[in-house]
Amino acid sequence: MRMAELVVYGIVLGSIIALGAIGLTLVYGILRFANFAHGDLMAGGAYVALFIVTGFLAWIGVPDTTFAPLSFGWRMLIAFPISMLAVGSLAILFDRLLYRKLRIERSGAVILAISALGVAFIVRMIILIIWGADSLFYRPGVLRPALELPLEVKIRPDQILILGVVFILVSLLYVFLQKTKMGKAMRATADNMELARISGIDTERVIIWTWGIGGGLAAAGGILYGIDVQLHPYMGWNFLLPLFAATILGSIGNMYGALVGGLVIGVAQQVSTAFLPPTYKPAVAFVIMIAVLLLRPQGIFGGSHR
Amino acid sequence: MEIGGLLAYLVSFAIMAGIYAVFCLGLNIQWGYTGLFNIGIAGFFCIGAYTSALITTPKPTGIYAHYVHQVFGLNLPFPVGLVGAAVVCGLVAFLIGIPTLRLGEDYLAIATIGIAETFRLIFNNEPWLANGPRGLMGLPQPFAWLVDARYYNYIYLVIILIVVLLVYLSIEQGIRSPWGRVLRAIREDEISASMSGKDIFHFKMQSLVFGAMVMGIGGALYAHYTKAISPDVFTPLYGTFIIWVMLMAGGSGNNKGAILGAYVVWGIWIGTTFMTDLLPYTLKARAPYIRFLLIGILLEIILIYRPQGILGEEKKVSKLID
Repeated sequence: MRMAELVVYGIVLGSIIALGAIGLTLVYGILRFANFAHGDLMAGGAYVALFIVTGFLAWIGVPDTTFAPLSFGWRMLIAFPISMLAVGSLAILFDRLLYRKLRIERSGAVILAISALGVAFIVRMIILIIWGADSLFYRPGVLRPALELPLEVKIRPDQILILGVVFILVSLLYVFLQKTKMGKAMRATADNMELARISGIDTERVIIWTWGIGGGLAAAGGILYGIDVQLHPYMGWNFLLPLFAATILGSIGNMYGALVGGLVIGVAQQVSTAFLPPTYKPAVAFVIMIAVLLLRPQGIFGGSHR
Repeated sequence: MEIGGLLAYLVSFAIMAGIYAVFCLGLNIQWGYTGLFNIGIAGFFCIGAYTSALITTPKPTGIYAHYVHQVFGLNLPFPVGLVGAAVVCGLVAFLIGIPTLRLGEDYLAIATIGIAETFRLIFNNEPWLANGPRGLMGLPQPFAWLVDARYYNYIYLVIILIVVLLVYLSIEQGIRSPWGRVLRAIREDEISASMSGKDIFHFKMQSLVFGAMVMGIGGALYAHYTKAISPDVFTPLYGTFIIWVMLMAGGSGNNKGAILGAYVVWGIWIGTTFMTDLLPYTLKARAPYIRFLLIGILLEIILIYRPQGILGEEKKVSKLID
């Protein structure tokens, strides 16, 4: 049952895509521009964690032991939240330095998107300058035994943990958006920024939170991909099409849609490897996106036509 | 460097910047005049280059057929290659316009990225089509019999300048016509343009296809300049990003700005090669990344401090009032 296995791998990949897509759709919904740098924020998170794990924590002497069946240990546990914070702060910094200035000048959404494209290349070039163009791993050469599930599905403990981490992060975000004051303010701003502003919501604070959360989730997604597969300077670029496909499929601005869209794209990409060379994965996401644009451009969760 | 060497260097610089000027002019039709957000220029670059290569090279025979695979080879002259590249790129742009041009501008952007990536993947993974990752070599150069190979670049520079001039004049002609005014009306305010009875979708489609055809010509010019192409040439960096920086630097909505931007930014790019010599040996391989980082920072500075570019948009009402 090779197909069952591919579907399971697809869910793992899809949950990683979903973390990026949720951040992308939040930014899209609130700031109303396509953040072409989102994939590279994921890559940035993965590499910040790499620096912390193999550089900083090794330097201060945190032991390199792993948690029994997993491929990582204390170092990654410490690096994970720090890296999320760092990329969240980085996203806020880019907003303060660039996007906010363009917003004040009332530049159009496309100018903001071009600026984001510039940020994407800047982040990628910094990664290439520091780490070079080769693929890297958090722990090279670790034997990663697979568990055998029914239907001959082989899965690594790391992959089960990835699903758990994504589940926890999405749940936390759900509680944040539904229960906290800032979460409600974010939803109100996504609905109608002018109305939110005259209701006394500090929309600039909302924007800062949006970037922080979007950047943090992107970092988490990038690190989990690094644990599951590898780190590569172009991983962010390769994530871009799946991210947008997931966001459009799930209706722009809809967090739950992005989650579902991410899973659909992830499964489709992995299942396609049964028929196509795996390098075609970004093209698979693209074809699905075109099909959505032709058949239902507002996405599965969108009400009226945009 | 002796004078002859310096001159040859300048000529090769002017050729490459001239090829980029063609892409900038194509993007200027789409973005500068119509506000169409194409960030998959590399895709049209790639399709144009490969189309012209397949049209102008013969299909390999004998022993070569074992090493070079291509789906067809028509062995036709260079101008046919240029026209073929334009036609195929126009067709691809038409197909990509159908699902995206009725939607918001971001959709076209994402779809063009998708086209660029997909074609690069196809040319890389399908060896029967155009020899896979090894690419095609030995593309013919027009008028190559006229002079010694050492001096051929002078002839090619003339060809490039003629093409740039023709493209420039045809866009100027179009943009000063009623058609051009509709494009700019769409860019400024889509709703009011459609309330004036203009079919937005069709005008956007014409602009997208026209721009893509120009980009296809640019791709073909590149292919016959280097004589060898492979899929890894058409990356988002060299194929898309730098062209956007060029147009933004020169001034979008201004054809002279598009050409100027190509020469200025390509000059900065070539001019920073000296950095490679300044870096320690271990970092030399990474010098291009540092230079591209600077280009990225340049784009952000332009967007914030001089969004209109060096020249800014020219006021163009009609060819009758100049």
